[in-house]
Amino acid sequence: MTLTSLTISGARDKLQSGEFSSEELIKEHISTVEKCKNLNAFITSTPEIALDLARKSDARRARGETLGGMDGIPIGIKDLFCTEGVLTTAASHILDGFIPPYESTVSGNLRSGGAVMIGKTNMDEFAMGSANITSHYGPVKNPWYLNDGKDRVPGGSSGGSASAVAANLCLGAAASDTGGSIRQPASFCGIVGMKPTYGRCSRWGMVAFSSSLDQAGPLTKTVRDASIMLQSMVSHDPKDSTSSPEVIPNFEAAITGDIRGLKVGIPEEYRISEMSPEIDKLWSKGVELLKSAGAEIVDVSLPHTKYALPTYYIIAPAEASSNLARYDGVRYGLRVDGSDLNDMYEATRGEGFGKEVKRRIMIGTYVLSAGYYDAYYLKAQKVRSLIIQDFNDIFDRVDVLLTPTTPFAAFPIGEKMDDPVQMYINDIFTVPASMAGLPSLSLPGGLSDEGLPLGLQLITKAFDEETLFQCGDILEKQINFSHQAPYIEEIGS
Amino acid sequence: MSYFISGEKEDWEVVIGLEVHAQVVSDSKLFSDASTEFGAKPNTQVSLVDSAMPGMLPVINKVCIKQAVRTGLGLNSKINLHSVFERKNYFYPDLPQGYQISQYLQPIVGEGIVTLEMSGEIREIGVERLHLEQDAGKSIHDQDPRNTLIDLNRAGVALMEIVSKPDLRSPQEAGAYMRKLRAIMRYLGTCDGNMEEGSLRCDANVSVRPKSTSELRTRAEIKNINSVRFVEDAIEYEAKRQVDIYDSGGTVNQETRLYDSDKGETRSMRSKEEAHDYRYFPDPDLLPIDLSTEFVDEIRKGLPELPDAKKLRFVGEMGLSEGDAEILVSEKEIADYFEDLSVGRDPKLSANWVIHELFARLKKDDLNIDNSPVKADRLGSLLDLIEDKTITNQIATSVLETMWTSAEDPVAIVEKKGLQQITDTGQIDSAVEKVILENTDQVSQYKDGNEKVLGWLVGQVMKTTQGKADAKSVNEILRKKMDSG
Amino acid sequence: MAIDKAKVKEIAKLARMKVADKDESELATELNQILDWIEQLDEVDTKNVLPVTSVTSEILSQRDDKVTNLDQKDKVLANSPSDNSDFYVVPKVVE
Ligand SMILES: [Mg+2]
Ligand SMILES: [Zn+2]
Repeated sequence: MTLTSLTISGARDKLQSGEFSSEELIKEHISTVEKCKNLNAFITSTPEIALDLARKSDARRARGETLGGMDGIPIGIKDLFCTEGVLTTAASHILDGFIPPYESTVSGNLRSGGAVMIGKTNMDEFAMGSANITSHYGPVKNPWYLNDGKDRVPGGSSGGSASAVAANLCLGAAASDTGGSIRQPASFCGIVGMKPTYGRCSRWGMVAFSSSLDQAGPLTKTVRDASIMLQSMVSHDPKDSTSSPEVIPNFEAAITGDIRGLKVGIPEEYRISEMSPEIDKLWSKGVELLKSAGAEIVDVSLPHTKYALPTYYIIAPAEASSNLARYDGVRYGLRVDGSDLNDMYEATRGEGFGKEVKRRIMIGTYVLSAGYYDAYYLKAQKVRSLIIQDFNDIFDRVDVLLTPTTPFAAFPIGEKMDDPVQMYINDIFTVPASMAGLPSLSLPGGLSDEGLPLGLQLITKAFDEETLFQCGDILEKQINFSHQAPYIEEIGS
Repeated sequence: MSYFISGEKEDWEVVIGLEVHAQVVSDSKLFSDASTEFGAKPNTQVSLVDSAMPGMLPVINKVCIKQAVRTGLGLNSKINLHSVFERKNYFYPDLPQGYQISQYLQPIVGEGIVTLEMSGEIREIGVERLHLEQDAGKSIHDQDPRNTLIDLNRAGVALMEIVSKPDLRSPQEAGAYMRKLRAIMRYLGTCDGNMEEGSLRCDANVSVRPKSTSELRTRAEIKNINSVRFVEDAIEYEAKRQVDIYDSGGTVNQETRLYDSDKGETRSMRSKEEAHDYRYFPDPDLLPIDLSTEFVDEIRKGLPELPDAKKLRFVGEMGLSEGDAEILVSEKEIADYFEDLSVGRDPKLSANWVIHELFARLKKDDLNIDNSPVKADRLGSLLDLIEDKTITNQIATSVLETMWTSAEDPVAIVEKKGLQQITDTGQIDSAVEKVILENTDQVSQYKDGNEKVLGWLVGQVMKTTQGKADAKSVNEILRKKMDSG
Repeated sequence: MAIDKAKVKEIAKLARMKVADKDESELATELNQILDWIEQLDEVDTKNVLPVTSVTSEILSQRDDKVTNLDQKDKVLANSPSDNSDFYVVPKVVE
């Protein structure tokens, strides 16, 4: 067993028993990152910082002062978290050369928990995308592939983070999820991705895409690892007005190995026509496994499910069009000179933003503009109320929902690109929980007939991450997903 | 008093609404922890939030909410317990976020009333709303020939935008409204009203219509006027300009104009001409503000007495004239000075001395009441000397002159200079007799029935006694002696 | 067609974003595809529904009026594209 194939919990225990040092663990991951450059999972690697942090972690441990479960553990940080003194780009040309003089709360929390950042992971530009093909720094490859010679997308927008974890470049990654950006790539890459309740993680210092939806969360190899890493990310942050003062429980302690009597809801509206039969099969298998573990299965209805995605594609671009107005070439990042002020603005933003980002800014600007606000934005916020109401209604009767994470497996890079709406369908199962701010988790459910990973998703009520981990852990054990990405075998990462 | 502009065929009425931007008195900005202090070096009071760095978020300053509610109560306005911050989206280099956080559909304060007294006539001016918003930074156009420089020190400072109804009907009314708002906010301590430092600015919406009509015509908006006099001058010019346009058969454009105080005219602002579409929507970084009625009641309980109530009390309880009371309440500092002075003293005497003697003396040295060299307690000692008849009113004026440059107590000054009033009637008698003997012509004019001469003769007696005689006794003795002689 | 090339120009102008002439019709087509698809929301009856104001239904937290940010001009200007060390700099604006 190599050090890179460990889990966070495994590495934690072995660091503690002195089997190896953090420095050794970090060195092996750094050299793996070097070896696996063709995945394009990182925008920036920070080996010197990482080694320095690792040595400090070892010194702490030698003094008996370990900071917690993440101390000395190598992680990737999605390049949308501002990291003090380290280039932060949100994978956009418009943030060229931007070095934040501050550290985001989430990456800062991880750092004070001893976690060792080995680099900033690639992503879709400004987290807009479901395939990690919109990055200014090029597409990310999924370490899972078939024998057809085509590279698969890792999903998005946290594609670099998911690919890095799936290919053993780091033990976990801090990512962000707006409409599925953690869970969908987790599903495509055969790992665990978790989005906590909106407000659990501070948004301070995280480049904003859609403020009412953005939420940080971990990408890891196991459910237990997600619980350990999340613990280190969350906090009540007075610098974020939407950060929750709710009590933070011990997430790992929620993993009890027992779900007898737990009520699992199966929402009928998730059985959509776009879904492949193998996804349906996987879903049914999940239901059976939970039942055999003692859970009670309840059929439920979330009637407004199908409207979540179009609602999302009004609200998220509207907020984004406003959030991205600050990228104007005046104070940081790219500036393209122009004949006058407006020309400078237009040239900078025209060149600085990629195609998908422009498309969403255009949609967002349009739906907020005079005469259209009521028909689009206000309408969407009303439908969103109904979607939230749907969830409130059923969480009286069930503890957790089980659904597929995505309607299909990872597709080859270059496909599904001509029709934006086709691309948006990727997030059809993940968006509803985002709209309601609910915690949800994706874990590997099995392989498609072709041999690519498929995910199952669990959703609970707000601030009930504990049930998510408790149930996720059982399901993970029952499924016993033991496959690893072909890329790992090929390259030996 | 009605104000009309005479056009070629008819008289025109002017219709004015004001949008006043008042800087909230607070130490830190509306959504950031940077200082609001005036006059700092460029860009030294700018936080990461103010410069809109990626991922930065706004957190509301509780004092600013309090100040807005306080001001709303002071304007007799409805306080909205639920209000919402929205983003007003537009691009400008002194607006780093690309949007201003403001309030739009649901402001923190609703309708209210400001009362003006215009030469005896009471005018009630409607307040449409008051909302909280961020100020922008400063664009400096004249320091560099090719570039505009941006200073963000002001960016994010809390403003209250107070929007009046189009109820104002003359430049003077607009000026009086501005002064009244300023006074109220200074009484409340919610805005320092310092117009030179930009703490109080105003946009004036001006239109005209024939006297006999009531529909509103196209208005022009004059932006960012920073003195009360300029408000009056700009409106006067603009109203006249519009009347001239209608008289010559033209139409008034709905546009933004700038007042050029050097030339005394308004002109179109081309840079602001393009149609705006602000794409307002609730700021998702902030939750709505929800206030409790207890919170509002608590603030209501702590409100100071405001100018209108104070004036009522000055007239009703102290017996001052409407005119004197109006002057005394016009500024918080004047009212405070007067109230300190009048404790235990004759209010009318106190009012007279503040309005006439003190103001004249201050004016001579171009001073404000709050930097008067003679404070209320010292002036009070002087008035005490008048009240207990130690000195005459006339002597008191000259003692004030001495007090202006000397730290000495008025009692000591009077003593040292021997200025005590002559109370010995024998002494007055002889002075009167001397004047009667020396002015026989005038005495006979008096005897012929010219009462006016009496005052002149009194003056002569005062002169010979160096003002130390009590004018009332002199008057009586003079009359008695001439009537009997 | 809700959006034609002229509308694309207008929105791009509002968003201060240059769109190349050759991209305008493609963008118009895509935006129309998206808007057509969004229009399914018309089926939903929202007559008596209030819009969402926040998903977490917390109350707005308020900070004390304290100045804790001291002069950090250098930090704030560090990433500026101009080399002026006191101001941000933009092409001359005529008012
Ligand atoms: Mg306004
Ligand atoms: Zn305003």
